[in-house]
Amino acid sequence: MDATLLIALATMGGLGFIFAGGLAIADKKLRVEENPLIGQINDSLPGANCGACGRAGCYDFALNVVNGTAPVNGCPVGGNDTAVIIAEIMGVEAGSTVKMVPRIMCRGGNSEAVKKMAEYYGPLSCKAMDVVSGGDKMCYYGCLGGGDCVEVCPFDAMIINENGIPEVIEELCTGCTMCVKACPRNVIEMHPIDRNVFVFCKNEDDPKSSKEVCNVSCWGCGICARKSEGSVEMIGFLGHINYDKLDESKIPFDKCKSGAINHLRPVIEDLKITDVQNN
Amino acid sequence: MELFLIFFSASIVNNFVLSYFLGICPFIGVSNKISSAVSMGMATTFVMVITAIVSWLIYHMILVPFQLEFLQYVAFILVIASLVQFVEMFIKKVSQPLYRALGIFLPLITTNCAILGLALFLVLRDYNFLESIVFGVGAGAGFTLALTIMAGIREELDLADVPKPLQGAPITLMVAGILALAFMGFSGLL
Repeated sequence: MDATLLIALATMGGLGFIFAGGLAIADKKLRVEENPLIGQINDSLPGANCGACGRAGCYDFALNVVNGTAPVNGCPVGGNDTAVIIAEIMGVEAGSTVKMVPRIMCRGGNSEAVKKMAEYYGPLSCKAMDVVSGGDKMCYYGCLGGGDCVEVCPFDAMIINENGIPEVIEELCTGCTMCVKACPRNVIEMHPIDRNVFVFCKNEDDPKSSKEVCNVSCWGCGICARKSEGSVEMIGFLGHINYDKLDESKIPFDKCKSGAINHLRPVIEDLKITDVQNN
Repeated sequence: MELFLIFFSASIVNNFVLSYFLGICPFIGVSNKISSAVSMGMATTFVMVITAIVSWLIYHMILVPFQLEFLQYVAFILVIASLVQFVEMFIKKVSQPLYRALGIFLPLITTNCAILGLALFLVLRDYNFLESIVFGVGAGAGFTLALTIMAGIREELDLADVPKPLQGAPITLMVAGILALAFMGFSGLL
């Protein structure tokens, strides 16, 4: 009994030592030399592996930062906080970035867009709907409402509202751009979070066709471009805002019959304060 | 012929995942994409083959001569854990992209009960050295097969209209059950 116990202990102990020794040797022989800064930076990153930095995951971004092929503020998800930490690790100054968020350039939801006569039955995915003769909306440029952007968001920052148009939850959004890539109609664009004026339409058809498919589409009449002295340009039958030259006061919002060119957040007119001391 | 029967039995007739229900964790966890399923299957096969070799050697060269057969469980766990560590280091050295592609799943192979099951089976069935190796290869092949089939089905399921309460784990488990039923069709073949 005792002998067995001792032999068992000795054998297991011996085996343990042999394997531990083997692993120690293997560690020395198979060690991959790597700059410790990479590990430090990798630990400070959010770890979502979303690819918004343009690299293949967080570790790859850390590798690139150490090699000098990526900027310290290149992680949009980590934002300024992470940029500061990385800059500290690398011993450089951090630049500051404006938060970019996705905006949906379409307001043609279930109440505004004209639907086709045929109903769509198939996989619940915008990509699938787009392939099957463009889904059930008449407009071939607009949002399909199938929710690919919602599905792909790693941070649950997109929802489809009752009108069938996606909305961004700005507090959760990290600007990773997965939704932009997921949209088969390319209706989602990244803009700085404080930008407020957009042309909420991608319809490039002539006025007659544009009016037929949706009552908030850009007709292509060109009034905004003519009156805005360069803030808006017409490319074909679609208005594009030139954000470098943008002057909001020059844009004739009231002249846009469909309301395609519009503010994202309503602008409250200055309240007219009557002169209190009128006596 | 004997060797071929062992291979065929381990991979198809008595599939480790679908007949013995071993290794369900990576089966459910890694099978959402075909590419990751195949990678996991390959890594597991690699570990299985080497485990079969080393376990057999340890059992017959050390445990049996010292009459310590009862220590097989502990010894095999030691072997598997060390081997997976070694495989990790090896892959990291040889192919960094593969290492990063497998990611966390590589150390998770240690916890895969199919590997321990493999080691214990080859002791139970008293296979000789060559038979153990073939058994390891067959088990790995069967594991990869099960994972790949599951991954293929799950990729299709992603686009299907699954009822809300069943989405995710429930429908996966149901499909796994149906797959196991299908593989039962092989029972009695060998």
